[in-house]
Amino acid sequence: MTATGFVAVPEAAPTTVQPARRFGRWQRLPLKAKAGAVLLGFFALVGIFGPMFTPYDPNYQNPSPAMSLIGPSAQHILGTTTSGQDVFSQLLVGVRLTLELALLVGIIAGALSVIIGVSAAFLGGVWDELLMLLTNIFLVMPGLPLLIILLGYFQHAGQTATILVLAGLGWPWGARVIRAQTLAIRNRDFIAASRESGETSWRIIVYEIVPNEISLIAANFVNTVLYAIGASVALAFIGLSNLSSWSLGTMLYWAQSQQALQLGAWWWFVPPGLAVALIGTGLVLLNTGIDELGNPRLRDAAHATKIEGRRQRPTDPTPVLPTAVAAAAARTSPLTAFVRSFSRSAYQTDSASSASASVQRRPANEG
Amino acid sequence: MAFILRRLGFYLVAAWVALTANFFIPRAMPGNAVEAIMAKFPNLQPSAYHAIEAMLGVGHPGSLWHQYVTYLDNVLHFNFGLDVSNYPSPVSTVLGQTLPWTLTLVGTATVIAFFLGTFLGIMSGWRHGGWLDRLLPGLMFLQAIPYFFFALILLSVLAIKLGWFPIGSGYADGLIPGWNGAFIGSAIYHSLLPAFTIVITSVAGWMLQMRNVMITTIGEDYVLAAQAKGLSNRRVVFTYAARNALLPQLQGFGLALGFVVSGAIVMEIVFNYPGIGLLLVNAVTSNDYPMMQAIFFVIMFAVLLANLIVDLVIVAADPRVRTREAR
Repeated sequence: MTATGFVAVPEAAPTTVQPARRFGRWQRLPLKAKAGAVLLGFFALVGIFGPMFTPYDPNYQNPSPAMSLIGPSAQHILGTTTSGQDVFSQLLVGVRLTLELALLVGIIAGALSVIIGVSAAFLGGVWDELLMLLTNIFLVMPGLPLLIILLGYFQHAGQTATILVLAGLGWPWGARVIRAQTLAIRNRDFIAASRESGETSWRIIVYEIVPNEISLIAANFVNTVLYAIGASVALAFIGLSNLSSWSLGTMLYWAQSQQALQLGAWWWFVPPGLAVALIGTGLVLLNTGIDELGNPRLRDAAHATKIEGRRQRPTDPTPVLPTAVAAAAARTSPLTAFVRSFSRSAYQTDSASSASASVQRRPANEG
Repeated sequence: MAFILRRLGFYLVAAWVALTANFFIPRAMPGNAVEAIMAKFPNLQPSAYHAIEAMLGVGHPGSLWHQYVTYLDNVLHFNFGLDVSNYPSPVSTVLGQTLPWTLTLVGTATVIAFFLGTFLGIMSGWRHGGWLDRLLPGLMFLQAIPYFFFALILLSVLAIKLGWFPIGSGYADGLIPGWNGAFIGSAIYHSLLPAFTIVITSVAGWMLQMRNVMITTIGEDYVLAAQAKGLSNRRVVFTYAARNALLPQLQGFGLALGFVVSGAIVMEIVFNYPGIGLLLVNAVTSNDYPMMQAIFFVIMFAVLLANLIVDLVIVAADPRVRTREAR
């Protein structure tokens, strides 16, 4: 915990060799962000390579009654289901499907947020009013009941319907935040400069505005993925999903509907639930950790002043050395700048209205 | 006042959009709702076809516009037709029997979680870095855990393995719902585990939000000034810092109260609790379109009402909203 944030390391020597600098950057991330990244990385690997290493076909039903509902053993690491299917194989395949769905929803909903948020702010006037009315209407709609009802109507449309419905209801929050940020950026000098130099609106949006919001877009993406995982697992658990494929949610559905609970087969329903919980924790940790990077006040007050053996609340609200940060920012690679800016605007999602106040990000075309 | 009126206008538009979607979506579906119902209940006589059409409002003579107006008129009179699953009782009667279950259970649990979480948030925000803060990673895990999974674990350990709690349902078999001690006792006993699930999984969210706002508020000058004046810690925490940090929390609380009506849907399925969530899922799986429409209407109405109340409270509590409007 020596380096809770980049502030604590005053001046990373600019002349150090590349690998050392990379490590330094990683070290400067808050512990929470690191833990989240490690958790997510692990599950990403499972999702990518897991299905290649399934010891059994997840669909194979072992007809022998002796193979039904056996607990974890060397042969079946996570035991078997009532019909003799291997739980571990199902889990490996299920992680991929769940992550795939969540990523797709994140991408589609994220794109919708950007398109609607940016156009509302950029077009202004009546368009702004209309798009924001639409956004606000979607925001007050009750999420899960609406999802259930829509999927009830589309019951047999499978995975695609789930993705489209989840994405269709997942964009409004992001659109609102991105609109606020775009409004703040729109009046900056560098935008005025590109307008003066005759750039078209499209070019300004694609090359000037969106790159400057990439951090916010990424934070929004993480949140949307979190929402997609939670909602898709819940929907599959209810049975409103393609039940012939293996996802973490359908695993839970089959476990519940085939009385795993009453039979005491914990190895059947604990692994998928735990996987969902860990993926979710990873996403939450990543977001909070990065939040803390930008808002030093939220950090674990490990560095807080101790008086009479008791931690006092930090009275100095901003222990940031502006000069150090600015100097560091001036020579960082795009990646670090990306991570750093990410945090600033992630914090701003809390107070979208003050978005303009603290961002002093360098315009992308300057570098 | 202008602020309230504008919000009111917005909620009217939102309600209208929701009602219209509720009207058109079943009609836009591929396949025929009436056929689906007929297939679902083979014991229905072919003569029931027109009755079902009338019930769904699809077979109405007259134009789409006419049907639409009739539909709006029915909705405004809380007339949702007859329930397919519990034919021939009206949808509104079935809803009326289900709502109290959800409202008492989820309502109580939400209120408890809010107060507990807010208090813990105040404490952990004030004692930043104290022992409460060390629980944070655990709390994040609780927040990320799907709450129905938590419910499954509780159910398997506390109810099935140890037998301390009933396995599901709203009250013991054989009891007739009524205002007598045996029934109420049984209902409370059956609601303990579901309520505990909701409180545990939602308290973390309240606490984290309150903590973060508290930490930001504590850095404000007026808190420092209050401390410098030599006020007692308790007064500074509750009257100066927490009071100002409470606004976002109140907003969230209002919305959460709105969502009480939709119930903890998945939780109700796990515990087989006779609430509105279970009713909704059963309606969806049995193609009970009138019931789906009615439930959606009730939920939507509750959410919009809660939003409106939140707006009123915020105007009353936060002078900045009023002055911003006046400008």
